[in-house]
Amino acid sequence: MKIDETAPRAERESQMLLKIEDFRQRRPRLIDEVVTMAHGAGGKSSAALTDHVFVEAFRNRELEQLGDGAVLTLPSGERLAFSTDSFVVQPIEFPGGSIAELAVHGTVNDLAVSGARPQWLSAAFVIEEGFSIDKLKEIANRMRDAAKAAGVTIVTGDTKVVARGAADGLYINTAGVGLIPEGRVLGAGLVQPGDKIIVSGQIAAHGMAVMLARGDLALEADIKSDTAPLHVLCEAVQAAAPDTRWMRDATRGGLGTVCNELAQTSGLGVILDERLLPVDATVLGACDMLGIDPIYVANEGRFVAVVPADQTEAAVAALRSHDEGAEATVIGELVAEPAGIVALRTPFGGTRIVDMLVGDPLPRIC
Amino acid sequence: MKFVDEFRDPAAARALVRAITDLAGDNEYKFMEVCGGHTHTIYRHGLEHILPPNIELVHGPGCPVCVIPMGRVDDAMWLAEQPDVIFTTFGDMMRVPGSRGSLLDAKARGADVRFVYSPLDALKVAVENPDKHVVFFAVGFETTAPSTAVTLVRAKALGVTNFSVFCNHVTIVPPIKAILESPDLRLSGFLGPGHVSTVVGTAPYRFVPEVYGLPIVVAGFEPLDILASVHMLLRQIRDGRAEVENQYSRVVRDEGNVAALKLLGETMELRPHFEWRGLGFISQSALKVATAFADFDAEERFSMPGIRVADPKACQCGEVLKGVLKPWECKVFGTACTPETPIGTCMVSPEGACAAYYNFGRLHRETAILVGQGQGADA
Repeated sequence: MKIDETAPRAERESQMLLKIEDFRQRRPRLIDEVVTMAHGAGGKSSAALTDHVFVEAFRNRELEQLGDGAVLTLPSGERLAFSTDSFVVQPIEFPGGSIAELAVHGTVNDLAVSGARPQWLSAAFVIEEGFSIDKLKEIANRMRDAAKAAGVTIVTGDTKVVARGAADGLYINTAGVGLIPEGRVLGAGLVQPGDKIIVSGQIAAHGMAVMLARGDLALEADIKSDTAPLHVLCEAVQAAAPDTRWMRDATRGGLGTVCNELAQTSGLGVILDERLLPVDATVLGACDMLGIDPIYVANEGRFVAVVPADQTEAAVAALRSHDEGAEATVIGELVAEPAGIVALRTPFGGTRIVDMLVGDPLPRIC
Repeated sequence: MKFVDEFRDPAAARALVRAITDLAGDNEYKFMEVCGGHTHTIYRHGLEHILPPNIELVHGPGCPVCVIPMGRVDDAMWLAEQPDVIFTTFGDMMRVPGSRGSLLDAKARGADVRFVYSPLDALKVAVENPDKHVVFFAVGFETTAPSTAVTLVRAKALGVTNFSVFCNHVTIVPPIKAILESPDLRLSGFLGPGHVSTVVGTAPYRFVPEVYGLPIVVAGFEPLDILASVHMLLRQIRDGRAEVENQYSRVVRDEGNVAALKLLGETMELRPHFEWRGLGFISQSALKVATAFADFDAEERFSMPGIRVADPKACQCGEVLKGVLKPWECKVFGTACTPETPIGTCMVSPEGACAAYYNFGRLHRETAILVGQGQGADA
């Protein structure tokens, strides 16, 4: 579209905003010659890489849903959710957890927010020559405990060792399968204006805990990762709010990125209220000092659920009846306009955009 | 967070906005916030739409990443690609485009580029890697220059021989003068820079009222600081005064930080002239490493290409930095130039006017007011 240069300033600004929206809705282009850290950061570059390399090569109906897990229908009519995730967190241990818990929770949570009840996991290890066997045993034991707590069994696996320097300690991949109960359907297409957005607990602790654990910053604070399995909370929401529309765990890119995915896939506007965002005071303080917006910081035990307005109260109450969901709260709602955009109401009565994160300052957070 | 809550109190904000609206009456005012940190606060808290429409905030040149010209980025990439060099920089500079991509691209192609939070961290990298040469890409106004100065002194005291600074520190007063001399802009006053003033104090701004007859209020970075400073500017105008006032007195002392200024004087010297992106060459507007510390001056140790590169034709960062254009009035804003694929520097730094507007402010005024008041979207 063309901007009318003779129009008054305010009018030209509106036209420009529409033009930008038009551009934002376009499929991201892949113009880079080599992979950069940005391609792994979960923003538009990641989307471009996935779209133009992997979706292009593997194209099929299930993949193209691009959900947290693929939903597969068996000949019997039963449905499965199937998901995989790799873990490269550095350092491998941090306050509140380790790569072991992340590897189990990450995949369990992808299945749970797909509406499934997680059942089985695989675990594959890429290990750098010289890695301590004792440490490896400890990690395996911690994965066993995490799997037990999440109600899943690790039923298959793989081990590869690479020469010193070819990997950084240890990388883990897990894949998982869960069963989706009959009649349960989730999807951004079901989301309607007026629906409420719930977050299951305080945000931003995981990313900040890992960042501080790296010790690069002359900053110490008692912040623990929120890593946790979400299967119980996801079931609780869906039981209390049977018309739950959509769920997503707020991992890489944080709450802000998840809300942008919601706005773009539903074609609706997401309005958040900054006063309602649950952030621990210590976490908020650390974010403020580092100039990081908590809304973009990764979580490993928090999810966002969209529920109809009249089932909101029941859903929040159900979450709060569990310890892990004690801080669950409504943070905003869906509106028809401004479509495709996430806007945040500031405590001042001001308003700002919350866009996709560009240039993640915190790589290797999970 | 107790220490920020009191500066983000909505009731106090409403009272200030009422007072501002009364003082402004029907007149049009155009205030420039010099500092990119202010621009960030203004958009992040949605202040632009809280203020009455006849008060326009114009974004100024005080974003250190934004003013670095393309040729200097190319020199930085050349340095990063030298054998056995570890190139260290603040995170924001990694994404600033030169004529052959950014430092992020250089890193992906194999250069050892690392981001640090402080020049002292860069020095630490040098101490830990004695077989490499570590270069620190120093950018920023008088705010960050003292930390580079401290690092130079420390490096000398430690006798480190594998560390140097690629100095791009700039000074705040010359660009303000350049803007006041520019015929394009009719300003009613300035929100003076806060962090810079902790170092330089308030005296350097006296020329603004004395020579140009305009009020200037040194402002803090919380949303209430901005509103209070706008209110102070309007009060000066109502009373027929033009003075340097200090709203940020909880941090800024009138004499500045004497120790930091002394250290700057010992470790750095004024360049005869320096190129600013969009503003061109400005005399005595930047610092280089002093002769006494020449061993730590990357410009002395390496023969950098030092080629001047013109800004991309489509990019209007210069006009945006001078406050002549609003970000959205730039031809490539939001389409060819986005935070993901920036053409100009203003789209890179979170303090850049374009990035702040794109990331936070990209909302229609009426929509923003509607949402802000909770209408039609009452959570």
